[in-house]
Parts: sequence; structure tokens; C-alpha cells
Amino acid sequence: FFFHGHRRSTKLPARCGVSVATMSGALSHQHQPYEAMDHGIGQAHGQAHTGKSAETSNLRPTELSSGTTILAIPFPGGVVMGADSRVSTGTYVANRTSDKIAQLHDTIWCCRSGSASDTQALTDYVKHYLGQLAVETGRSPTVKVAAHLMRKLCYENKDNLLAGVIVGGWDAVDGGSVYNIPLGGSCIKMPFAVGGSGSTFIYGLLDSEFRPGMSREEAHDLVKLAISHAMARDGSSGGIIRTVVVTEEGNAREYVPGDQLPFGP
Amino acid sequence: MSAPISLAPGGSASRVSAKSGLEAATERTRQPIVTGTSVLGIKYKDGVMLAADTLCSYGSMAKYKDARRLAKVNDATLLGAGGEYSDFQSITDLLRRNALEDKCTADSLYEEDVNEECAKEVWNYLRAVMYNRRNKMNPLWNDLVVAGFSQPAFGEASEENKPFLGLVDKIGTTYEDDVIATGFGSYLAIPILREKHRPDLEEGEARALLEDCMRVLFYRDCRALNRIQIAKVTKEDGVLISDPYEIETSWDSASFVEPKGQLEGDGGW
Repeated sequence: FFFHGHRRSTKLPARCGVSVATMSGALSHQHQPYEAMDHGIGQAHGQAHTGKSAETSNLRPTELSSGTTILAIPFPGGVVMGADSRVSTGTYVANRTSDKIAQLHDTIWCCRSGSASDTQALTDYVKHYLGQLAVETGRSPTVKVAAHLMRKLCYENKDNLLAGVIVGGWDAVDGGSVYNIPLGGSCIKMPFAVGGSGSTFIYGLLDSEFRPGMSREEAHDLVKLAISHAMARDGSSGGIIRTVVVTEEGNAREYVPGDQLPFGP
Repeated sequence: MSAPISLAPGGSASRVSAKSGLEAATERTRQPIVTGTSVLGIKYKDGVMLAADTLCSYGSMAKYKDARRLAKVNDATLLGAGGEYSDFQSITDLLRRNALEDKCTADSLYEEDVNEECAKEVWNYLRAVMYNRRNKMNPLWNDLVVAGFSQPAFGEASEENKPFLGLVDKIGTTYEDDVIATGFGSYLAIPILREKHRPDLEEGEARALLEDCMRVLFYRDCRALNRIQIAKVTKEDGVLISDPYEIETSWDSASFVEPKGQLEGDGGW
């Protein structure tokens, strides 16, 4: 489906698997969710094919993207957060050693996807507010509070941000928990959460392999396996797999080098 | 230079923008990103019942299969929404904030004495909220269904808390009726609901009717799921929202069993 400069035809046959009425870019300046876009269809509307992919066409010319795979799986006693390490500008790998898992508080972390600058700014704000809250209340904030703070920032500034975030961690109230905050600023608690452009390739794998109540090792292994599979198929994900296992006792950081991935590349 | 991100409602858009009035306004109508589909509602013998599935879609992807689209506002009001999920969360926060403020500024701290907003008041308030945003060309992208009871108008008997069911859409249109549906439901479910509705439906019958409609929607709406929630508002029990459960579907009609795509047939489609 390459449409050069002419309007997309609306007469697609009913049998065709592509949905015509998806996120229509009727207002051409809007951000579109680049992770799940129907590639090709979304690019028409009278614009020439510029060579930009669906994921990067919304970024400003020199803006960095963490076209990414991020994943978080809770287990009894904590959470495993995982991400790849590739940051791209267009088709160039700007940073192949990036750290997309940012610490918001002692046992609260977030995985970042979308515009690198937007998510860095968001992380800094939330880190600041959570630190302030901890001092004011005299105790550690819960993951739920951190997630909703992030949600508030993402929601109130939704016109100016391109950020999909997963907030996860351990707290004494809920144990290990994971919240997904996609574009637009919804905040949804999930049994496990995956995001970024590479996530589309591993929904099937996760749907079949994930079971609620997995142990720490099982969750950790699944995170590493799933991200390898995503990196194998997504051009915007790659490098190494970074993981952080968050528990009451603390945080254990690990990385899997690019030549020792469970699968692929 | 763009303003830094901010926690304030409207975020950096709440500061004076470089562009003036109309230009800035026309840029701001957004598209919904994470969306819920239909919500159905009917009045029955004991009160009002709503149904919605637990799916929020991300474009065409069925991403969030356990999203709750029915929310309790107070002991007398239930809110259901289709459309952008983040805007629905924001509206629920707003209404709960208002309810909390009412409770804390009431004449008495005792629960029985608090005069909660009834569903009709919530419905009217939401009309103002939605219409206001529409005037700024920056709508909250939701179709809201408000269910509950309405307090008697001035002069009516005071025991007469009548069941109330109304809709508010993203541009502030409002109406009330005995049966309400949003999204695809307004095309597929309303005819069924109008046919089968009676004001003296028992709870079981009302629920079966709503389940039938949700089943049709699952068959015919690409963005629907067969996992639904039912919620009711009654005088005795207040607001009750069920846990999500799967509805049964039928796949044994002849057209499934006997495919029509063969050469001798009509070719099927």
C-alpha cells in the first residue's frame, strides 16, 4: 500500500483484513499512536511518501525516539521491569546503550517509550514530586500514587507529549504492581504491561506464556525472552536487554548482552 | 518556545499561548486514543441498570481487556462512558472531588444528613462541563450515560425519587429516556431495547435483555468484547457494579458449518 500524493480510496473490499476506520489522521497535525498503527494506510491523506516510518513520522526532524520494547511483569513480592537499549533518530541508532528504566523512588521504577526528551522530562518531574511527597508524609509513596502522578502529567499535557510509560514497583500496600500509561494519559492497572513499538510483535507470545502468580525466576525469564523476540523483529528495538528486579529488599539490575539473547536476533 | 510541562489542568495549554484565540482553538480538537465502545442502560422495576464491556481499544488493537467503564459517583449515581478513557478517568475524578467537597462542607458530618447530588443533577452538571469544553474546541471525547434516581421537583411528593437515565455526549447534547445506548449500541441495541422494554421488568429480565444486546454487539461491533459488567442503582442497595464476566455466544448456525465459498455455490463473501 504505497499512496503517492493522492487520496486514499475508501472502497476497500469488505474481506480485507485492514480496518478502514482506524485512527484516521483527519487532523493532520495530531500525534498518532505509532506503536499500533496500520503501516502504510495511516500515511496517506495527500502527503507524499517521505520515507519516514509510521513510528517516526510524528517526531520533529531531529527528535530522538525510544522506539522501544518495554515490559513489566509483577510476581509475589515485587516486579520485573525490562527494556531494550536502542534509541533511534529516523533510521540511525543514536544510542545503543541507553537506559530506559528510570528510578522514580526507592522501589518505584518506570519504563519509558516514545520521545526520549518527553519521557526524560516526565521522569524528572515525577521523581521530584515523589521525593517531596515522601518528605512531607514521612513514608514511602505507593506505586499507585507514582502512577497517578505520572498520569496527571501525561493527561494534562497530552497535546504536547509523545510518551508511553509503564510505572511499576513494590510497596507495602499492594506488593508488586504495574500500571500502564499510554498516549493520551489513561492510567490502567494491569496484570502485566508491555509497550513501545516492539510490543506489537510479542502480544501473542505474552498472551500464551503469561500466567498470573508466576515466580520471580519465571517472570524474569519471560521478560528476557519476550524482549528478545521483539528485538528480533522490530527495527526500532535492539542492543541489550536491561532488567531491574524490584523487591522490598531493593533493586537488582542486570543486563543481557546482545550476543547472549534467549532468542534471535 | 514551548512552556514546561505542568500539573495544572490544561497543562502548558493553560498558560497564554503564543497564538491568539481562534488559531489556538482550532489546533486543539484532539483525536481519541484509548477508546471504549458502547454503553447500554435501561430503567426497570427496582431502578436503573447499565451494561458495558471491559475493553478499551488502542486504535484497532484490543489492548486493555479489563478496563472498567462503569463508575460509581455517589450512593445514588452511576456513570458509564464510551470514548476516550483518559477523559473518562478525568471526569470521574472531577465528580468524586465534587462529592468529597460536598461531604466535607455539609452542615453535618453524619452520612444520613448529607444531601448528595442526585443523578439528574450530575447529568446537568456534566452537560455544562461538556458544552463548555466544546465551546473551546477542546472536547472531552466521551459519550456519558448517567443512571440513578432524581430527587423530586419542587411541589412533588417527597418519597417520589424517580429512576433517572440520561445521556451526555461530547458536544454537550443531553437527553433522557427509558432506554439509552451509546456508540454502536445506538444502532444495534436501541431497536431491541425499545421492542422488549417494559417499566415493570424484573431484575433478571432486565439483565437478560442487556446481555442479549451485548451479545449482538459482540457479534457485530469490531471493537467489542464478550466480557461485560452489569451495574444497577436501586433504592434499597444503592449502587452495585458486578465483577466482569463472559457472556455466551453461539457459533453453530448453518452458515458457520456449511461454508459458502465453494465453486458451485454463490461464491460467498
